[in-house]
Amino acid sequence: MKRSTFLKAMIATATLAAMPVCAVAQDTIKIGEINHYKRMAAFAGPYKQGIELAIDEVNAAGGVLGKPLEFIFRDDQGEPGEAIKIAEELMTREGAVMLTGTILSNVGLAISSFAGEKGYVYLASEPLADSLVWGAGNKYTFRLRASTYMQAAMLAEAAANTDAKTFATIAPNYAYGKDAVAAFKENLLRLKPDVEFVAEQWPGVFKIDAGAEVQALERAKPDAIYNVTFGPDLAKLVRQGTDRGLFEGRQVFGLLSGEPEYIDPLGDEAPEGWIVTGYPWYDLQDGPGGDFVAAYQARWDDYPRVGSLVGYMTVQSIAAALTKAGSTESDAIQAAFEDLQVATPLGGITFRSIDNQSTAGAYVGTTALRDGKGVMVDWAYKDGADYLPSDEEVSKLRPAD
Amino acid sequence: MEFFVAQILTGLANASSLFLVACGLSLIFGVTRIVNFAHGSLYMLGAYIGYSLMQVLPGMIGFWGAILLAGVIVGVIGVAIEMLVLRPVYRAPELFQLVATFGVILVIQDLALIIWGPEDLLGPRAPGLRGVVRIMGEPIPKYDIALLVITPLVAVALWYLITRTRVGVLVRAATQDREMVGALGVNQAWLFTGVFALGSALAGLGGALQLPKGGADLMMDFNILPPLFVVVVVGGMGSLPGAYLAAIIISVLNVFGVAYMPQSTLVLMFVVMIVVLMIRPYGLFGREEVAGEHGQAGEPERPIKPASDKIRLLVTAGIVILALLPLYGSSFAQVLTTDILIFCLFAASLHFLLGLGGMVSFGHAAYYGGGAYVAALLVTHAGSPMELAFILAPLGAGLAALVIGWVCLRLTGVYFAMLTLAFAQLLWSLVFQWGTVTGGDDGLINIWPAEWLKDTTIYFYFALFFAVGGILVMRHVAHSPFGYALRAARDSERQAEATGINTKQVQLLAFGFAGMMGGLAGALFVFSKGSVFPNELEIARSFDALIVVFLGGVKTLSGGVVGAGVFKAIEDVLTRFEYWRLIMGLLIIFVVILAPDGIVGSLRKAARRVGGLKAGGEE
Repeated sequence: MKRSTFLKAMIATATLAAMPVCAVAQDTIKIGEINHYKRMAAFAGPYKQGIELAIDEVNAAGGVLGKPLEFIFRDDQGEPGEAIKIAEELMTREGAVMLTGTILSNVGLAISSFAGEKGYVYLASEPLADSLVWGAGNKYTFRLRASTYMQAAMLAEAAANTDAKTFATIAPNYAYGKDAVAAFKENLLRLKPDVEFVAEQWPGVFKIDAGAEVQALERAKPDAIYNVTFGPDLAKLVRQGTDRGLFEGRQVFGLLSGEPEYIDPLGDEAPEGWIVTGYPWYDLQDGPGGDFVAAYQARWDDYPRVGSLVGYMTVQSIAAALTKAGSTESDAIQAAFEDLQVATPLGGITFRSIDNQSTAGAYVGTTALRDGKGVMVDWAYKDGADYLPSDEEVSKLRPAD
Repeated sequence: MEFFVAQILTGLANASSLFLVACGLSLIFGVTRIVNFAHGSLYMLGAYIGYSLMQVLPGMIGFWGAILLAGVIVGVIGVAIEMLVLRPVYRAPELFQLVATFGVILVIQDLALIIWGPEDLLGPRAPGLRGVVRIMGEPIPKYDIALLVITPLVAVALWYLITRTRVGVLVRAATQDREMVGALGVNQAWLFTGVFALGSALAGLGGALQLPKGGADLMMDFNILPPLFVVVVVGGMGSLPGAYLAAIIISVLNVFGVAYMPQSTLVLMFVVMIVVLMIRPYGLFGREEVAGEHGQAGEPERPIKPASDKIRLLVTAGIVILALLPLYGSSFAQVLTTDILIFCLFAASLHFLLGLGGMVSFGHAAYYGGGAYVAALLVTHAGSPMELAFILAPLGAGLAALVIGWVCLRLTGVYFAMLTLAFAQLLWSLVFQWGTVTGGDDGLINIWPAEWLKDTTIYFYFALFFAVGGILVMRHVAHSPFGYALRAARDSERQAEATGINTKQVQLLAFGFAGMMGGLAGALFVFSKGSVFPNELEIARSFDALIVVFLGGVKTLSGGVVGAGVFKAIEDVLTRFEYWRLIMGLLIIFVVILAPDGIVGSLRKAARRVGGLKAGGEE
């Protein structure tokens, strides 16, 4: 009958699920890492490798608080509801001391809300949504990577330095795309009030009709184009745009377009002369940035992506917070994250106590072709701290803790 | 004017791939009556295989050879799928096969990941077709022109095959009346295999042909499904000219949408589909479905009867054991059980519609997600207390179901199912798009239960009460006069009408009731998770419920609940493994082949054969 069948299944689940837990020794500090390993395999893979590299280094140096650090990796299938269930399991049954992970903003927001409600610390490593630390921010959620707003502000600054007067935007039709366009507009209009936005295109994410979008952009005859599309959409846009001559004589600004995750699949068709945010690992030889690239290549026989860097910095940040806290209690870790300073491959970063956002920045440069691959040249690292709104504005954006 | 012409050419070129894939799907449906959800996966395989072949085969001949070869290979894969997975279940209840095709999707997703890796592949350029030609001054890519020539050629070849050859005669005959074709001595099995191969090959061809305009990635399979189904339904299922015309209409309209209403592209095709189905209920060139052709395939259903005392005792014992969970289970066990209970209620509400009402809804997530959103919107925007939001959520979902049901019930069978899907997508687009109110894909967060319910154990009892209560109420309704009227309307609409039952009204009420129960599940969900996102309205969510209902057993009363409980629990275990989609897919296929009546149905049959249990016993 239905109940008993159901119960049998339940008991079977519980037994199976309990097995790995018993096998693990209890003398490590466990961090719950939730991600979309399947749904976003191309991004989560390098991220995980970055984490593993950093864990090896931390543990080789004696671990934290005298114990080895251990990450428990779990796949949420990109479903917010699933992620919350896993978060609950990690914290209440697996003995994790805090949570981290996710790439998709909606999953990050779901975990953030859960963490705030339950009083668990959550370090949002990769999700970019501005609301994560502002409109929907809470005391227990910290964010590592430079947000949509920050990266868009960097490009807006570059755009203000060109002669372009009329801009067209193309962004995927969802929260990330909308935030990215709004932040770009806000910053560019502040820096250069006489620019004009002559067209806005909103293809569905991963459903772009590139030929039609290119025609629509061309029709607006803008001086410059701001692109937020990525992944397969970007590939299609670049190919159609190049074929139809959309980019000739126009400056293009591409958010994230210079990240290896997005520019590498384009191969020798990578666009040239775009001003983009990204990660020029191939030019990093010296200093902490170069050391990380060398260590990563030695460990994995592969080159680092942005995800690798973020994964590595996630572990660094968590190790630093635990050391500073001197304890694995949630409130101690939370307090430790406030104004926490971490030395990372990007240089020193600080988790601002005003909004829990780290000051990690991004590289801005111009795309070019080198050996049949898209790369960034003339790049510069932009410190995230310089691209955030003023403290008064941030306080207005963020609900009181 | 120049711009206008250029836009139409772009639209026509876009229609090319879509048409090839859609006509394959239409062909398969027309003959085998299988709604092949794995068609998107075959399209994806075509792209990947075409890509790999193009790396090996050189030059212009290699390029076009690779495209053709990709079609052939995918056709062969189609044969394997048809013979191994679908052939054993042709006798199963209507639409049961779609569950098997869903298993195939999962298997292909993981296999593609294993073989081609996670990174997106940029499609190779067609040799000699790089760059543009100027038509009236507007740049048109040369490859677009090539597509404009190829598609009509393929369409004409298909038309010749269907109208002028013996194979075509058989295919058309089978589309009209497959029993008769069988009776006339045609080997149906091979006809089905052949059509499936042809349809698959067309999907593969479509996938390979779009490579120079895009590439191959692991999300292609799901991304093509909505436009694909829209095209097939708008054109009329089984009609090739319909698919051709619909592909052109959708693609060209989309190009104009991009230019003049850039925000509209998410909803445009669903609006077109709804409008077309309102005017022509069977699509542009479809034909009316013969009553009884679907719905009641296979052996007649046994009448349901109230549970025996023995079973009542078992259920009570089960509920008591469940209620004692906090005594022996961890806090996480309670969270997991709450999740499973909510999903059971959701599945049971769809099962009510499907099993008792005979109304196959492909868009049941609209009411589940709808209920969750009603509650979340009330909390976020009206600051209403949790208790009030919780009560209003099912009512809101039920109301939405009544409105949507009123429109959809003008149709029957697969068209009805597709229209419910279109409405669910419309609702999804609305929530996704209307960021200022719904938060868009960033969703609504901090929707937590009232203070007295915050504790995990108390919320577990809350969910247990409403989930078990909801399921029992639905069971009770099934045995009430209303339930009898509903089943009468399902089994024989005309006879039911003759006995004085207003069948449409009964069905509409059932639709609203099922929507309300789905909304109740959604309300339980949102307060257990504290947030809601458009994911809860997605096609994938509707399919989750659909699959467990079929796997549990459509023609049993407890099928939905058992299927949901078993599969949610298995999923929780499987997702801990790396290639869990592969295992899950194989498991689904395995269950489909082994238990074509669903878990409960097959167990019951086996028990009856052994004679250990009286008819009606379900263990």
